[in-house]
Amino acid sequence: MSADRSFTLDGRRVPFQDGQTIMAAALAAGVYIPHLCFNPEFAPHGSCRVCLVKVNGRVQAACTTPAAVGQAVQNETGELREIRRGILQMLFVEGNHVCPACEKSGACQLQAVAYYVGMLAPHYTHFYPRRPVDASHPEAVIDFNRCILCELCVRASRDVDGKNIFAVQGRGIQAHLVVNTPSGKLGATDFSVTDKAAQVCPTGAILTKHRGYEIPIGQRLYDRKPISVVGDVATLAESKGGRRHE
Amino acid sequence: MSEPKVKIATCSLAGCFGCHMSLLDLDERLFELAERVELDRSPLTDIKELGNCDLGLIEGGVCNAENVHVLMEFRAHCKVLVAIGACALNGGVPAMRNQYDLKECLEESYLRGIGLVNPQIPNDPEIPLLLNQVHPLHEVVKIDYFLPGCPPSADAIWTFVNQLLSGQPLALPYTQIHYD
Repeated sequence: MSADRSFTLDGRRVPFQDGQTIMAAALAAGVYIPHLCFNPEFAPHGSCRVCLVKVNGRVQAACTTPAAVGQAVQNETGELREIRRGILQMLFVEGNHVCPACEKSGACQLQAVAYYVGMLAPHYTHFYPRRPVDASHPEAVIDFNRCILCELCVRASRDVDGKNIFAVQGRGIQAHLVVNTPSGKLGATDFSVTDKAAQVCPTGAILTKHRGYEIPIGQRLYDRKPISVVGDVATLAESKGGRRHE
Repeated sequence: MSEPKVKIATCSLAGCFGCHMSLLDLDERLFELAERVELDRSPLTDIKELGNCDLGLIEGGVCNAENVHVLMEFRAHCKVLVAIGACALNGGVPAMRNQYDLKECLEESYLRGIGLVNPQIPNDPEIPLLLNQVHPLHEVVKIDYFLPGCPPSADAIWTFVNQLLSGQPLALPYTQIHYD
């Protein structure tokens, strides 16, 4: 009976397997649902809210909602695009995202999703928070100004690398990424640029040193085609313009 | 009788004139544009007094008291006001000074800078006072349209201006929307 296990996504029938989320089933069917904190290699986190879809009329995160028989899911609607754009705008004003001065620009998932949802300007009042830059590690740098608290580095370091280097501390607007050493410095950890945690950041918060601006403008990952066509920078091989070090 | 020309004013606040350079990158298309528009106050005309305009294009954010004054004057004189480029939209590179107190910035530049002779912080009354922080335009006045880019390409400016002047809904192709 597995052939009957399906839901509709913008009217299209999408099959799913037991335990799959709407996001996972959509991904398997080749349908793009915008997302930032979701990465198919990790357990869903549900924190960025960019993947909000309408399930039987109710707005829910596609990455954490289990797929169920008979669901009518809406994804590409004007209303959801508005909501997603608003979330992106809030993410932009909450940190310091200076694209012209960022090495990740052009291959940044935050930027690419913002392009995808048609964000022209941040709209809200900027917070201009004062956050540090940690360049203590010889091979990598953390710019906390660009962190969107997706916890992908936290998950990767804990679940794949087995190093537990990152954590999110504080609540609400006080929530921030910390490095698990007494000094709080990345240089004091056994972090390596070959770690999974070095390859999953959707923004320019965690960068490999000595490799900045390697690819000319016009040839970068998201310069010509949208993220819905290209895919996520973190899941693409380095040979395809992703930022993995395999 | 031919249609009256659309009056456009432009200015650069806390910007680098890169957006104006991009406007000049329209190249031959400038002739076509010149048939439809007339420039009022702009770095390209050197007219000092802003007249009543249909369209105001502003690059750069707001970093000092003079910027605030000029921006409010543009808002009062322009029917449609457009923020152009990263600095106008989010403060851009100049807003990176928001990470520091103004005093720290001035001391770093004028007291501790390399090769300074007789270091002192400029305080001539003719120099506009700096604001504590650099702000994007929409935090000071109502902005009608936004065109991102650092700078927006000439193609993006061309698409935007054409759609705006012909009353079409604004819709930039994917390759013309970028934040850098």
